[in-house]
Amino acid sequence: MAVRTITPKPGFNMRKREAFAGYLFLLPWLIGLTCFVLGPMIASGYFSFTKYDVVNAPEFTGLKNFQDIFTKDRLFWPSLMLTFRYAIIVVPLSLIGSLLAAMLLNQALKGTAIFRTFFFMPHLTPIAASAVLWAWLFNPDVGPINYFIRNNLGIADAPGWFRDPQWAMSGLIIMAMWGAIGGNTMLIFLAGLQGVPQELYEAASIDGAGPWAKFRNVTIPLLTPTIFFNMVLGIIGALQVFTAAFVATAGGPAYATWFYSLHIYTRAFKYFEMGYASALAWIFFFILFVFTFIQFRASRRWVYYAGEGNE
Amino acid sequence: MAQEAIVQSAVPTRHVPMAARKAKQQRWIGRTILYLVAIAASLLFMLPFAWTVFSSLKTPSELYVFPPTWLPNTPQFGNYAEVFTVAPFGRWLWNSVIVAGISTFGAVFSAAITGYSFARFRYPGRNFLFLITLSTMMLPAEVTLIPLYLLFNKIGWLDSYKPLIVPAFFGGGAFLIFMMRQFFMTIPMDLDEAARIDGASYMRIFMQIILPLSLPALATAAIITFIGDWNSFLFPYIILNTKEKFTIGIGIKYFQSVASNIDSMEPRENLLMAASLMMTAPIILLFFVAQRYFVRGIVMSGIKG
Repeated sequence: MAVRTITPKPGFNMRKREAFAGYLFLLPWLIGLTCFVLGPMIASGYFSFTKYDVVNAPEFTGLKNFQDIFTKDRLFWPSLMLTFRYAIIVVPLSLIGSLLAAMLLNQALKGTAIFRTFFFMPHLTPIAASAVLWAWLFNPDVGPINYFIRNNLGIADAPGWFRDPQWAMSGLIIMAMWGAIGGNTMLIFLAGLQGVPQELYEAASIDGAGPWAKFRNVTIPLLTPTIFFNMVLGIIGALQVFTAAFVATAGGPAYATWFYSLHIYTRAFKYFEMGYASALAWIFFFILFVFTFIQFRASRRWVYYAGEGNE
Repeated sequence: MAQEAIVQSAVPTRHVPMAARKAKQQRWIGRTILYLVAIAASLLFMLPFAWTVFSSLKTPSELYVFPPTWLPNTPQFGNYAEVFTVAPFGRWLWNSVIVAGISTFGAVFSAAITGYSFARFRYPGRNFLFLITLSTMMLPAEVTLIPLYLLFNKIGWLDSYKPLIVPAFFGGGAFLIFMMRQFFMTIPMDLDEAARIDGASYMRIFMQIILPLSLPALATAAIITFIGDWNSFLFPYIILNTKEKFTIGIGIKYFQSVASNIDSMEPRENLLMAASLMMTAPIILLFFVAQRYFVRGIVMSGIKG
């Protein structure tokens, strides 16, 4: 009987059975993908051409939402620009910071595990909690940060942070740095650093390379895939910033931290303009998509894959 | 860790010539600087926590003394108990444990099933479906948020935990599926084939061979998912309305507004700090218990992605 399973003819049957079983195991995800991802996407695409206030049925209005967004919405461009400004500062700073932190942890210092835990703990703090915590640290009157600025740096006119339109964004950026530098990005960099073959450093030493030359010509090129990965995720994450601003500043003061996702949220769940908010969301999706696409395109010029073709 | 030991034992200690001694001295200075930097960085990362802990133990009047002080006069441990009387904080913690616990189970198990299908079976359209799955990782939550809200509104699921739990049982999301698939592909196919010849069903192979061999990956997936659920904010915020049903993340937001403008004029930041520490503590505890799996998961996603 055992022989039968190896003969080719029933093999055809087996392949069918295998395919059937494969689809069967895939079924939950296919349902999930349809009901909770693709279906909603299509629905949201449709809503973006309608006026829909939840109570009344959606009413088709063509391109009106998009027209209004680009011409009438006074917060659209500012919120988009604000979000970009945030990402342009946060992403490079956190990439450089995490890389430096990872290099420090890669020096085989005693107690590396403890340092790593200390670096990582801010990242574990739920963003809602860390927003609450930083709002208190940034308290302009009795917060430790302004006390330090006044007493130790001797600057009497300390910033108002989350209460000052000029400084609220900086406050959010500092808060983001605190959570990001020692976080996942650092751990991924650390793994990347440990993957650089020691022979390359030895060879570079023999050629007379100093620490900087080694860093520039060995570490960085071999780390480019990791940098790229962290960069793509970092940009997507930074552009979607919501909770930090929502809890710490509620988009204020004077719309100084009115990020794009806050704009979508407000239109959808405060004013119940579901059609309009869907249009906003699709514009955002389009921007993210183009951005990611450009990055992948540009990556061919600077990302170096040592193990190209291994898999 | 092994690498560390090798590096340290490789340093010779006796009969060092002048040049070597100088190099050693330089190295020593370099190391000292590195330690100082590492300690300074640790302080920068940890000081906000320290301030929070001390604030949480202060009396209301101590919070606003000028100049500010680090330590409370007498630590008010009662503040932590008071959090539970000012707001239904215990309920919120419990709600979060239940919601995050059940949806983590659902997400990990169904992601494993999906990953099993992608890793082990050949069928038409598999690669295409896998590509679609991966591309949903790029989809910003904002796009599906509104239609999902409308969907759950229509079927009467708003202000219940169903929207937070049920979708998790249908695949658990692209990231987990990808992680599971990658892990299953490292398990030798021979095991499956041997079991097939012995007459085991695909389901049995999954339950009795694949899953037991994947415990580390399952643990990693579970921890990452649980932490994500525990921290999630926006989705529960739009779904849940009743105060008693809140999960801890939105509870904190609610507590913040209560702390800043309740009828009494007394500052409540001490309670707010105690509350946010109590929200963070379970995650940090989980991290300490399962650090190994956690770090591996992050690294796996980064290297293979």
